[in-house]
Order: sequence, then C-alpha cells, then structure tokens
Amino acid sequence: MDFVLSFGIIGGLGLIFGGLLAFAAQKYAVEEDVRVETICDLLPGANCGACGFPGCISFAEKVVSGEASVDCCIPGGKGVCDNVCEVLGVASVASEGKKVAEVFCIGSVDVAPNKFEYHGVQDCKAAMMYGGGFKACTYGCLGLGTCVHVCPFDAIHMADNGLPVVNDEKCTGCGICVKACSRSIIHIVDKDRVGMVVLCNSKDRGKITREVCEVGCIGCKACLKACPNEAIVVENNLSYIDTDKCDECGKCVEVCKRQGIKSISKSKVIAFPN
Amino acid sequence: MDLNLTAIIFVAILANNIVLNQFLGICPYLGVSKRIETSLGMGMAVIFVMTMAAIVTWVIYNVFLVPYDLVYLRTIAFILVIASLVQLVETILKKINPTLFRALGIYLPLITTNCAILGVALLNVQAGHNIIQTIVYAIATAIGFTLAMVIMAGIRERLDLADVSSYLRGAAVSLVTAGILSLAFMGFKGIMTL
Repeated sequence: MDFVLSFGIIGGLGLIFGGLLAFAAQKYAVEEDVRVETICDLLPGANCGACGFPGCISFAEKVVSGEASVDCCIPGGKGVCDNVCEVLGVASVASEGKKVAEVFCIGSVDVAPNKFEYHGVQDCKAAMMYGGGFKACTYGCLGLGTCVHVCPFDAIHMADNGLPVVNDEKCTGCGICVKACSRSIIHIVDKDRVGMVVLCNSKDRGKITREVCEVGCIGCKACLKACPNEAIVVENNLSYIDTDKCDECGKCVEVCKRQGIKSISKSKVIAFPN
Repeated sequence: MDLNLTAIIFVAILANNIVLNQFLGICPYLGVSKRIETSLGMGMAVIFVMTMAAIVTWVIYNVFLVPYDLVYLRTIAFILVIASLVQLVETILKKINPTLFRALGIYLPLITTNCAILGVALLNVQAGHNIIQTIVYAIATAIGFTLAMVIMAGIRERLDLADVSSYLRGAAVSLVTAGILSLAFMGFKGIMTL
C-alpha cells in the first residue's frame, strides 16, 4: 500500500507539473526567427560591442530585423560578413582588409622619464586623475595596461620596456582599446596598406618634447623636406604621413633623428637611425 | 509584527546568513559576484524564485506528504516541484514580460538546481514554520543572499583595480575575501537566535 501511495503521489505530481509545462509551452509559445540563432553561431562570440549593440545576440537580432548593417561586425571582418549575407540571402558587401590597432608611442620608461612616482591604482584612467598622469610627456603612454585588460581577444601585451604591443594575428580591430586609452594613443590602421607612420602623439613644441622624451617627434620638418612624394605634413609640432601618397621609400626614416617613423605594412620598425 | 517574525528576519539576513554562515549557494556567490550589476540581477532572481518555491513546497509538503505519511519523499518531491516551477515561470515570463525575462536572463535557470533554494524549502519544513513564517523566512533569506552577493561584488570590483600579489590573484584572493567576510558576519551570531 505504502509503495502504491508513494508511487502515486510522486508520479501524480510529475504528471501534473509535466502537463502544466506542456500546456504553458503551447499557450505561451514565442516565435523566434531561426536565423537569429544561426547568425549568432557564426559571430565571433566575444560580445565586444564593437558593432554598437550590446552583445552578439543583439547584433544577430538587429541584423535579421534589418536595423543593423551586415558589415557591422568588425572583429569578424570579411569572413563573418560573407557568412551573414549568405544566411540572409543578400549580396555580400564586405570590402576592406584587416584592421589592427597600433600604439602611437615609443616613449618607453628608459627614454621618456616620469615627473613623479605613482603608487596608486594600477590603471591609466586612475593615474590620469593625479596631476594628469605621472609621465613627464603629457601625450605619451602611461604603460599601466588598461588596454591590455579591456582587450576581449587577448591581443595586447605589455612589453618589457613598459609599452603595450599589439599582436596583429589576434587583433581584430574592434577598437575597444582605442576607447579605453585615456591618452588616445592607440589608433586603428589598415594592416595591408603600404606606408609609414609616425609613432608619436606629442603636440608640444619641439623644445618641450626634447626635454621630456628622447624619441618623440619634435616637428623639425626634416622628413617633410626629405620626402620625394610630398606625403608628409607637419601640424601642431607633429609630423603626419599620408599613407595614400607614401610609397615606403624610407627616406624619412633615414633623416629622422628621433626614431619615430615606422612601416605599417610590415608592422615592424624598419630602421632606427642612431 | 510579532517578535518571532522579527527574529526570523534578523537571523535569516544577518546572524545565520545562508551563504556566509550556512555554506549554501556558494556557487553563484563566487561565480556571479564579479560586478555589482550582475550580482543584483542574481539577487532579484533568487528573491523571486526562493519565495515562490518556498510557498509551493510548503503546500506540497503539508497537503500531499504529511497526511499520507510520505515525509521521507520530501527531497525528491521538492526537486521535482522547484525545477518544474522555475521552468513554468520562465516559459510564461518569456511571453508576458520579455524585458523582465531578459533582466533575469541566465540566472533563472541557473538557480533552478541551486542548493540554497532547496535548502530553504527543507529548512522551512524542518523548523515547522507556518505559511506566513515560511514566506517571511524565504524572503529574508533571499535578501541575506543578495546582501552577501552585493558586498562581495563591491569588494571584488575594487580588487580588480588593486595591486594584488601575483600569487593571490584571481580565485585565491576571492576565496580569502569570502572567508574574511564570513568571519565578519559571525559577529552577528551572538545577538539573537531563534
């Protein structure tokens, strides 16, 4: 009798709740577009927010409902865009090549000294609150690694010289580090483009830059005069190179006394004249 | 409110905090306490589910199990009831209030099989609470859980920025923090008991 009773009560409870669940599942069914899930599976899944929507699922929903453009996923690049287009049955619009982040400062600890010692919270934003940062150069990298922490792809690491280094293989160009950098040193550049870049941000006059950093651009215009393609302009005591005109001849690197010009196409410094 | 209910509230929130003094619900306590926002979301979900589960299990216990002398089946019956209940609420919520469904999100299914929920249901029947006491105890316990979560999340948010020794970083320092927090809550123990 005991056996039948216990069996009956537990079985009965199971039956009642099972029935309730089945009933609720039918009555409260929510229709979902299967494409949302398919697209979500195609996305990188880092929930980085580079597309402008909170997380990959939101982007998938928006792209299916037509509110987001198919090429919004920056980390996914061309591959993901093509796949999304295939699911949605539209022509692919993917175009540009790979983009990567680039740190525009080479003022490491040994060449760009600090103006005071900082022992506070190990975060660039926090350090900026104390007298605008501890580095003598007010434009240079503080080297506390806020960009390293925010990178969802583990693509940035601190080198021994106290500057962040971007791993081009892992970097997807999502731009989260660009927003996180409190000194706006990091920029997104085309990896496949040919050209030189000036790795400095200092808009100080040459005299001041010389005092606080051994390698920063002083706006001396030597590169401007040396450039055969007129690709260089100097504004606000800082040299800029137009990558459309630059053919990477290397003449600017030869004349630069401050070591700051670098080739982005090979993603490595060609020469450090010294 | 009579003294008994006040005592239940005090003991459930502080003196006998479910996480810090009873070792229940440690998984979400360490797992979802990285940010205050998510810990609050989890806390709300726990308050909701714990109260509902306590009421339904109390009814099941007193209507089905006690009269037929089947008290020894309470654990399996409660598991069955809580799991189906949460699933039911999730299904209905998804249709009726998608915003709330999103807000509770992953936490709802996550706490279905949580020991804190089942623990409160069992503790309620063990202590012989009536329905009012059951509801009050469940809500107070869930508030205690939320309190512990939010305190922990606040500390961990600051720990993220602190210069922690590399040997302690990550899980180790979280566990040490949890231990010290538990020690602090021990201070409430002597004030009032049930």
